[in-house]
Amino acid sequence: MSLSRYIVKRILVSIPVLIGVTMVSFGLVQLIPGDPIEFILQFTNVSPEAEQRLYAKYNLDEPLWKQYLLWLQDVIVLDFGESIISGRDVAYEISTRLDHTIALGLFSWLIGLGVGIPTGIIAAVKRGTITDEVSRIAALLGIATPNFWLGLMLILVLSVNLGIFRAIPPDAPLFSVAKLKFLILPSVTIGTASASLIMRLVRSSMLQELNKEYVRMARAKGLSERTVIFKHVLRNSMIAVVTVAAIQIAFIINGSVVIEQVFSWPGLGRLLVRSISQRDFPIIQAGVLMTGVAIVIANLLADIVYSWLDPRIRY
Amino acid sequence: MRQKQRDTTTQRGRIRITGFDAERVRNRNPISDWSETESDGGTSRMEYAWRRFKSNRLAMLSVGVMALMTVVAVFARPISVDVAGMSLTVQPFALTPYGPGEMFVGSPNAAPSVEHLMGTDWSGRDLFSRVLVGTRYSLSIGLIATVLALFVGIPLGSIAGYFGGWIDEAIMRLVDVLYAFPFLVLAIGIIAALGQGFWNLILALTITGWISYARLIRGEVLSVKENEYVLAAKALGATDRSIIFRHVIPNAMAPVIVQATLSIGTVVLSAAALGFLGLGLTPGTPEWGTMLSSTRDTIAQGYWWVSVFPGLAIVVFVLAINLMGDGINDALDPQGDTATKQRMQ
Repeated sequence: MSLSRYIVKRILVSIPVLIGVTMVSFGLVQLIPGDPIEFILQFTNVSPEAEQRLYAKYNLDEPLWKQYLLWLQDVIVLDFGESIISGRDVAYEISTRLDHTIALGLFSWLIGLGVGIPTGIIAAVKRGTITDEVSRIAALLGIATPNFWLGLMLILVLSVNLGIFRAIPPDAPLFSVAKLKFLILPSVTIGTASASLIMRLVRSSMLQELNKEYVRMARAKGLSERTVIFKHVLRNSMIAVVTVAAIQIAFIINGSVVIEQVFSWPGLGRLLVRSISQRDFPIIQAGVLMTGVAIVIANLLADIVYSWLDPRIRY
Repeated sequence: MRQKQRDTTTQRGRIRITGFDAERVRNRNPISDWSETESDGGTSRMEYAWRRFKSNRLAMLSVGVMALMTVVAVFARPISVDVAGMSLTVQPFALTPYGPGEMFVGSPNAAPSVEHLMGTDWSGRDLFSRVLVGTRYSLSIGLIATVLALFVGIPLGSIAGYFGGWIDEAIMRLVDVLYAFPFLVLAIGIIAALGQGFWNLILALTITGWISYARLIRGEVLSVKENEYVLAAKALGATDRSIIFRHVIPNAMAPVIVQATLSIGTVVLSAAALGFLGLGLTPGTPEWGTMLSSTRDTIAQGYWWVSVFPGLAIVVFVLAINLMGDGINDALDPQGDTATKQRMQ
């Protein structure tokens, strides 16, 4: 199968998944006992006619499937309705915070890959030695440490005791030195667990490759160990890394939801958590939907890169 | 079941045997002195696995830690059951010096001392007692959510793998959809809709947990069902249900056991994260994550012990269970690294 045909096929497969993602996001709000209007009406008194108007405004007088289609129609043009609490447009609320979350996610992702891949390679090449053992234990610790606690401990040591970093973000634009410097701690916090997972995967996929025939062949014909590792083994084990890099995106979104809370980072995760205590459902719904769609797209891209790197898997 | 098979009958499955006197076979003299119970069949796979596990010191240490934590969970506070209006004490011992919810047993925010090994929190509750009682929550949440996820994931995954076709498509598309959500975001949505509480937390963890087992066992079933013994069972007229539950699932379980052990750690971390966000158990519950949820400000005030100890407890717990999972993995699958990739998901 040619690459372009594979891409088309892969996109077609993601469409039902995307539809499912919208259904789950829509369905979550239906799970709430009672309907949203009843919920709003708990706090305010309105006349029965006004109540009817409210129902009509949110299409709640329509059957469920029609409500879903109407909602989908709005969502496709990024109209998520308005926040129950602030009354502002949900798309606006999200867009003002999105850049902060993306910056945090990108930094963490780079730290995860930048630390995880090299240590994984070193551990595989030097397997059985002290280096391997130390990095293995470090990775196990990195996975077992709850990221929010790691964040708290970093604040305790580096901000409170040593005063190197600020504990709350400076009031400055996102791309200023002060703010980027502040971003180091939260990114390291999320990146630690991410790097540990990547390191373990790179190590095991390298080890698998190292046992293969072509490696023995390359050594037998007298190639230097350096060439064997970098030209042959590494290239083949990088394929596994592409998938992990995509899986990491879900992992990093998870991390940022919690870590934004720890470091008071004004991103999407913080908005989401705040919206729960305020029961601001349009924002929760939009947040769930957007992360779902983002991950479907990330997986799609990863699969395409994967098949471009390794034509054997297109079948 | 054993008994049923040993009954010599001509009415088994689709095969009908004629000219065969079941009565005679049962009463004849044994041809040899072989008997089913005496054969030991050499060392079983499980025994080999256990031997390998025993020689792994780190794994044995982690089993010890887990055993200790289980003891702590059971004996932290007395357990009593209310039966028909009467309170019946099942377990009278208390390892903790104070009740986890007792306020002002010491001065608020007191540093660790001999009376309060881990200090006290803002309302003067003894942190040592709270951390010990917290073992109960993490252990029970981890076990219950993992077992429930297995109960959903294994049947659905094996049905998808065994039957294939549209059933497979339907189940796997559902799995794909749920996979598209980062765990915390989906759990936040579920808890936002259903509210807080122990069982809602378990529900959120189960809904997000079963998908990885379904994927894993589907893949295993796809390869196991090609084996000849499955074909043989089919030829003998076994029903699909008995083939799946007696032949396919037992042979596909090894990676699932490894994954389940490792995911107890993930479940405990997730529950703690939700607790930290104030979405897990109700505030004030001595669950480790929940205990950490409002400690950010106390750090700035210099009360480090309030946030250090519950977090350390989580690290020790998750590290022990992961080492145990790694040990089981190495014992069951000595050559390969098959589980490493699955663990990533």
